[in-house]
Amino acid sequence: MTAPFDLRRPEGGRIDRARAMRFVFDGAGYSGYAGDTLASALLANGVRLVARSFKYHRPRGIATAGAEEPNALVQLRGNARSEPNIRATQVELYDGLVAASQNRWPSLELDLGALNSVFAKLLPAGFYYKTFMWPPGFWHFYERLVRRMAGMGRAADASDPDRYDHRWAHCDVLVVGAGPSGLAAALAAGRAGARVILCDEQAEPGGSLLGSGATLDGAPAMQWAGAVLAELGALPDVTVLPRTTAFGYYDHNALGLVERVADHAAEPLPGQPRQRLWLVRARQVVLATGAIERPLVFRDNDRPGVMLADAARTYLGRYAVACGRRAVLFTNNDHAYDAALALHAGGVDLAAIVDLRAEPGGLRVDAARARGLRVIAGRAVTATHGRSSVTGVDIARLQEGSDLAVLDRESIACDLVLNSGGWTPSVHLFSQSGGRLRYDEATGAFLPGRAVQAVRAAGSCNGAVALKDCLKQGAAAGAAAAGDCGFAAAPPALPAAEPEPESAPMRLLWVVPSDAPVGHKGKHFVDLQNDVTAADLRLAAREGYRSVEHLKRYTTTGMGTDQGKTSNLAALAILAEATGREIPAVGTTTFRPPYTPVAMGALTGRTVGALLDPARWTPIHRWHVRAGAVFENVGQWQRARYYPQAGEDMHRALARELHAARNAVGIFDASTLGKIDVKGPDAARFLDLVYTNSWSKLGIGRCRYGFMLREDGYVFDDGVTTRLADDHFLVSTTTGNAAPVLSWLEDLLQMEWTELKVRLTSVTEEYAVVTLSGPFARRVLTELTADIDLEPKAFPFMSLSHGTVAGIAARVFRVSFTGELSYEVQVKASYGLALWNACMEAGEKYGITPYGTEAMHVLRAEKGYVIVGQETDGTVTPYDLGMGWIVNDNKPDFIGKRGLRRADLQRPDRKQLVGLRLEAGERRKLPEGAHLVADRDAVPPMPMLGHVTSSYWSVALDAPIALAMIKGGRARMGETVYAPLPDRVAAATVVEPCFWDPEGKRLHG
Amino acid sequence: MLLIHCPWCGPREEVEFRCGGQGHIARPADAMDISDAEYARYLFMRTNPKGWHYERWNHVHGCRRWFNALRHTVTHEIRATYRPGEKKPPLPDGTT
Ligand SMILES: [Zn+2]
Repeated sequence: MTAPFDLRRPEGGRIDRARAMRFVFDGAGYSGYAGDTLASALLANGVRLVARSFKYHRPRGIATAGAEEPNALVQLRGNARSEPNIRATQVELYDGLVAASQNRWPSLELDLGALNSVFAKLLPAGFYYKTFMWPPGFWHFYERLVRRMAGMGRAADASDPDRYDHRWAHCDVLVVGAGPSGLAAALAAGRAGARVILCDEQAEPGGSLLGSGATLDGAPAMQWAGAVLAELGALPDVTVLPRTTAFGYYDHNALGLVERVADHAAEPLPGQPRQRLWLVRARQVVLATGAIERPLVFRDNDRPGVMLADAARTYLGRYAVACGRRAVLFTNNDHAYDAALALHAGGVDLAAIVDLRAEPGGLRVDAARARGLRVIAGRAVTATHGRSSVTGVDIARLQEGSDLAVLDRESIACDLVLNSGGWTPSVHLFSQSGGRLRYDEATGAFLPGRAVQAVRAAGSCNGAVALKDCLKQGAAAGAAAAGDCGFAAAPPALPAAEPEPESAPMRLLWVVPSDAPVGHKGKHFVDLQNDVTAADLRLAAREGYRSVEHLKRYTTTGMGTDQGKTSNLAALAILAEATGREIPAVGTTTFRPPYTPVAMGALTGRTVGALLDPARWTPIHRWHVRAGAVFENVGQWQRARYYPQAGEDMHRALARELHAARNAVGIFDASTLGKIDVKGPDAARFLDLVYTNSWSKLGIGRCRYGFMLREDGYVFDDGVTTRLADDHFLVSTTTGNAAPVLSWLEDLLQMEWTELKVRLTSVTEEYAVVTLSGPFARRVLTELTADIDLEPKAFPFMSLSHGTVAGIAARVFRVSFTGELSYEVQVKASYGLALWNACMEAGEKYGITPYGTEAMHVLRAEKGYVIVGQETDGTVTPYDLGMGWIVNDNKPDFIGKRGLRRADLQRPDRKQLVGLRLEAGERRKLPEGAHLVADRDAVPPMPMLGHVTSSYWSVALDAPIALAMIKGGRARMGETVYAPLPDRVAAATVVEPCFWDPEGKRLHG
Repeated sequence: MLLIHCPWCGPREEVEFRCGGQGHIARPADAMDISDAEYARYLFMRTNPKGWHYERWNHVHGCRRWFNALRHTVTHEIRATYRPGEKKPPLPDGTT
């Protein structure tokens, strides 16, 4: 009587048996050890069933031990920290960990979605495309059903409480992967004095050495790894980043890394980010990213307990976990024998080694036979049995030239099926770097070919198999990379690896036959995560899919969170077979970042909430806040829109503000308008070239309104420019266009008119601007200044005066955007609030009233003043706006002059700016954007005349008003046009676009 | 994520720059005398090569200077950056 076999082996592994970790999976409590992953701890507890598959809801178990895991995706943690689709194979166990399976309802054991399996015949390749496209418009209905059945976990519904950091770094040599090749590369480059970053996705560096049990110089290989890490740690210019995945390889040797700083704990320590995103710019890169074992595609190869051979070896060697009690190995190559021998040595009953090759030979096979293991050659696993765990396999002899395997059938009971179809080098990053891949016939794998960037591949990602070759390639690549950075480097002396037995060739058999044609009995899964079978791929090929990219999208193979790490090669090989082509002719799908999924939080970093986008405040902002203003965003500026008083809605607040501005005095914060200081001997010449009108003759202290066009003749920006001195102008731009205008002017000066001596400075934020507007504006200003003569003769409309206002040095511009007597008082930004307060105090007895951008819009619309971007849309000329007077065609050149002459811009039926008055008694505004037609009874599609650009309730007129752009509008004065609206057809009369004081008496007053 | 060598500031990250499209497009001096079709070519027609491309860049979040670059649109290799007015470098041999 032997002792009961404990899946957690009594000794070995890199776990800390002194530190037990309790955890919960699907509500049940378990225990593991420090050093476990969630996957190894589940396996140690005998938990086989961990997921339901995506489409058929078939029971699934842990299939791998790494980043390639297609099945064991879990919902990790809870509440705001809940995170879906996390690979249990990469989750470090911590005390108190909580995880749940996904894609099952109501429970993992009893899953109603598994009915999909019964109806599997109804879910062929291209199922989504074929089924849900009919009837048209029903997709919205189907989508909800599909989502519920095929859910991949849930996003947290509360905002993430954790912090994520971004970090930029530069180095000479970036080494990706800290397995034997990467360690050797980092050592070579580090010793040479290069600045090195070595990153590895696992908690502990070592890669394959962690679980393989290999020796170097006769000692456990991890001793060598430890010594290398100690030496690297002592080098000042070497940074080792564990728990860090290089997920993307971008241009000019920039790589994205995500460091999981605190993912191995329930929550980060105070002040600690959960993850850190690195953007590393490396002069040279060494990729030592390893290889991923390739599953065999055999019937019902998805049952829990079917696992990659090397994964089982890793679980035993690294975590001291036996993945089963009685195993069968199914292989097409020698190397998997190492795993079988390791498991056998670890106490697992190895029932049989089923080898696809007719005559396997060599030292490994001999070793297996010498230990009394049963090697069954030339046979295949033709079926697996079991439900929530595999219970046995059927095997049969392969027959040359037949799609069936029915001879010498035998059943073997087992609870673990190891399988190995060879190795697929992880060329993801190399391919992302732009490097070409080449196909290697012998190993059936794509290997790095010609590099495009400064990158080298070393070790098993480069096709190396033996440990000594990995070390050698790594050391050589590290030394060469350091050498290319100018360091004198030689590959370091390397420890001696055990001699590698010569391996016999593998046998590539992409779909393993069974006793029925593929697709007729059971399922040969190629892509476990997306439930894509060999039959699906062959069907797609029969339906005419030849491009691997199309195949991917049609069948969904290679999609999902694993991006087909274990399935892509088999899928394209099956496509190649089915279409009678060679594998290189089919090619691979494009490798794109990220290598493994990256949390949105890490990509976003600190730019969340208030830091998402900067907010710009004027110097008077705090006053507006205290006054209870409602704000609107104009670009990044926050501008006061209106100032509601107690009990006021927007309409009533607006009416009060408008009444004050027209009948008393309003005060407005105009600080956001763009301001560009233009200085230099050629300043006037320059403005002549960028504006449609003339500036050379503008007197000092005078202001002028101007249009800037683009070369195509359309309006780009407008504003008032003032001549401060002979060689000095102040240009104002619209609030939203300040930066583009500056950029454009710089472009012209630097690239086109390099001979002009002009300097531009953005001074938008240097000055605060307070506008006083209304009949009492002058009286208020009189109270505040003693040294500015405000008499109209001395200080006429469109001019500038210098002086002090409220004791503050000021420039006062007499300009108007309201149609009323207006002064814009400009002071140093830091005095803005003091000026505003002084104006409010002095204006109190005149009924001074702050008005916001909404009132400003109404006031200017009543005057017919356009807003660039509202009346214009990038296809409007000054002539279209009825402002041909602003174009000085006598100038030899200005931007847009030739563009304006284009035939299409001369058409008389272009859309032109008009005003619209509604029928007497109409109280409802037209909606902005409403289309206008000439004939209200026209049959749809009605010929469009144009559209409403601005529409407001005018308090001054006690009626709605609108501005519109309509075809040939200037010639339509007095005509009636119609706006067909959902609830009515509104009639309007076309009028001049000016509703208030057309003679301009008020603003000149 | 290009690393762009500003002729004034040295190598800087792409996020500091804005691309200004095709370079070395001469603004016609005789604009008023040429046909609409010819002027439209200047206004609207741009090359879109798969290969080497002369283009304009602005170090908009740096020194605010404009400059020219010779960039490969497939490999993103930047063969040269140079100041306005400097002679454009020849296309690398054997390529277009
Ligand atoms: Zn610069």
